[in-house]
Amino acid sequence: MTLTLAQIESRVDMEGRRPWWSFLRRHPLLVIGGGLLVIMALVALAAPWIAPHNPVDMNVLQRLKAPSAAHLFGTDAMGRDVFSRVLWGGRVSLIVGISVSLLATSIGVLIGMVAGFSRMADALVMRVMDGMMAIPGILLAVAMMALMRASIETVVIAIAVPEIPRVVRLVRSLVLVIREQPYVQAAEAIGTRFHWVLLRHVLPNAVAPLIVQGTFISASAVLFEAYLSFLGAGTPPEIPSWGNMMAEGRAVVQLAFNIILFPGIFLGLTVLSINLLGDGLRDMLDPKIARRL
Amino acid sequence: MFYVFKRILAVIPVLGIVAVIVFLLLHLSPGDPAALIAGDTASSDDVERVRQLLGLNRPLHEQFFSWLWRLLQGDMGVSVFTGLPVTKMIGQRIEPTLWLTFLTITFAVVFAVPIGIIAAWKAGTWIDRALMALAVLSFSLPVFLIGYLFIFGFSIKLAWLPVQGFRSISEGFVPFITHLILPAVSGGLVYMALIARMTRTTMLEVLGEDYIRTARARGVGNQRLLLHHALKNAAVPIVTTIGLGIALLLGGVIITESVFAIPGIGRLTVDSVLRHDYPVIQGIVLVVAAVYVFINLAIDLLYTVLDPRIRY
Repeated sequence: MTLTLAQIESRVDMEGRRPWWSFLRRHPLLVIGGGLLVIMALVALAAPWIAPHNPVDMNVLQRLKAPSAAHLFGTDAMGRDVFSRVLWGGRVSLIVGISVSLLATSIGVLIGMVAGFSRMADALVMRVMDGMMAIPGILLAVAMMALMRASIETVVIAIAVPEIPRVVRLVRSLVLVIREQPYVQAAEAIGTRFHWVLLRHVLPNAVAPLIVQGTFISASAVLFEAYLSFLGAGTPPEIPSWGNMMAEGRAVVQLAFNIILFPGIFLGLTVLSINLLGDGLRDMLDPKIARRL
Repeated sequence: MFYVFKRILAVIPVLGIVAVIVFLLLHLSPGDPAALIAGDTASSDDVERVRQLLGLNRPLHEQFFSWLWRLLQGDMGVSVFTGLPVTKMIGQRIEPTLWLTFLTITFAVVFAVPIGIIAAWKAGTWIDRALMALAVLSFSLPVFLIGYLFIFGFSIKLAWLPVQGFRSISEGFVPFITHLILPAVSGGLVYMALIARMTRTTMLEVLGEDYIRTARARGVGNQRLLLHHALKNAAVPIVTTIGLGIALLLGGVIITESVFAIPGIGRLTVDSVLRHDYPVIQGIVLVVAAVYVFINLAIDLLYTVLDPRIRY
C-alpha cells in the first residue's frame, strides 16, 4: 500500500494532536508513579506549614494516644504528634533519595567511563566492583556508619557507595557498545578530541538508561535510609525520619501499632511511587526493552 | 575440567578485594578511628589502648599484611567491646542466621518460579497484571513494615504464632518452624518479587522462540510445553538472578532478625555498630561476602548441568 503525501501529512498531524489524556493511556505507570511521588514530595516540602504540631515537642500527658482529631495518627511514647513527624520525616527521605542517586550516578559515570575506555584500568576497576558487589549493600552501609559520626551527610555517603558498582557496570557496558558505533569512530577519525567525543557523543546516548537507573537508585536509597535508621546506624535520633520513628515504635509495638504503621505506609508509598516511575520511564525511554517486558 | 578449576580460582581475587575494602574502610574514615571506636567518653589512655589493640600505630602496609596473615589462619582478631575472639562471637550467632537464610531462599524460590511462569503464560491478562502488581508492591514495601504487620496480625491479634525470638531445631521442630515462618516470609517477599519478575521476562522471551511454536504445532500440551520446553531454556538467567539476589536477601535477613528479635548475625551487627566494635563488623562483612561468593560459585558450576551448551 502506498500513501499519498496528503495521507502521510494527515497522519503526522494526528500524531501531533493527540489529546493530553492519551499520554496517560500510553504511559500509565509513569503518570501514576510520578503523580504519587509529586504529592508525597509536596507534602514533605510543605511540612512546616501543614504540620499541626511541632514534630519534636514532647508532651508527657499525651503519651501513646490513639489516632484522634487532635492527633490524626496518634502520639508516640514521648507524646509527640505522629502525623507531624511523618510529614517532617518525608523531608529526610526526599533529601536522601535525591542526593544518593546524584552522588552515586556521577561517581559511577566517571569510573565507568574510565573503565570503558581504558583497557588497563578496566581489569582493575571491574575486580574492585565485583568485590564491592559481594558485600550486601546494607551491610557495607552499616560498616561505614560504624566508622563515621551519624549525620544526614554521612548517611548519604554510606548509602551511595554500595550503589556505585551498579552504575559503573551500566556505564561501562554502554560505553563498550557506543564506542564501536560508526559515528563515534567517524568523530575519532576526523580528529575530534577525546573528551569532546565523550561529552558530545557518548554521554547523550547514555542519558536515558542512566535516568532510569538513577530512579531505581533513589527508590532503594529511601528504603536504605529507613533501614539504617531502624537499625540505629542512620540519621541521628533527634531528627524525625521514618526509620527513626519505626525504631522508636518497636518497644511499644504491642501497645501502639500506629507509631510503626503510619511512617511505614508513607515509606512504602514513596518507594512504590518511585519504582512505578522508574518502570514507566524505562518503558517510555527504551521501547526495545519495553516491548519485551 | 580445567575451566572449572579456573572458575574456582577466580574466587580468590574477589575475596581478596573484599578484604582490602574492609581493611581500608577503617583507615579511610574521617577522623581518628581509634578515638571513634573507643567512644566519646573514653580517656586518652583508652584511645591509646584501642590503638595498640588494633595495631593502628604501625605503618599501613605492615598492618595490612599482618592482619591478612592472621586472617588466613582463621584469626579475625578480638572484639574491642567484649574481648572475645571475633570468630567465636560469629560462631555463636551463626545458627539462627543460616536457618533463616535457608528457609527464606526456599520460600522465595518455591513461590517465585511458578508465579513467574503463570504470569508469562497468561501475559497481558488480568492475572499477569495482578501478579506483577503484587511483585512491585512487595519490592517497595519495607521489610520491617511487612514483618510488623505479620506480628500484629498473626501473633498479637490471632495469636497463632509466637511473637518473636528463636528456638533451635534441637528443641523440637514445631517451635523451631513456628518461630521462623514469619521472618522467612517477610524477608523473602522482596527476593521472591525479584525472581518472579526475572522468570516472567525470560519465559516470555523463550515462549517467543520458533521451536516453541513448532512444539505447539506438533501438539505438545501446555504443561509439557511450559515446564519442559520453555523453563529448561529459561533456567540459566533465572538461576543467575537467584544467585545475585542473595546479596539482597542477606541484607534483608539482618533487618528481619532485628524485627523478630532473632539472636543471629544481624543482631550481632546491630549491637557491634552501636558499640563501634569494628573488628566484629569486619569479620561479619568477610563471612557474609564469602557466603555470597561461594553460593555464586556453586551456581556458576551448576550452569554446566542446566545447559550442556555451556562449557567452562
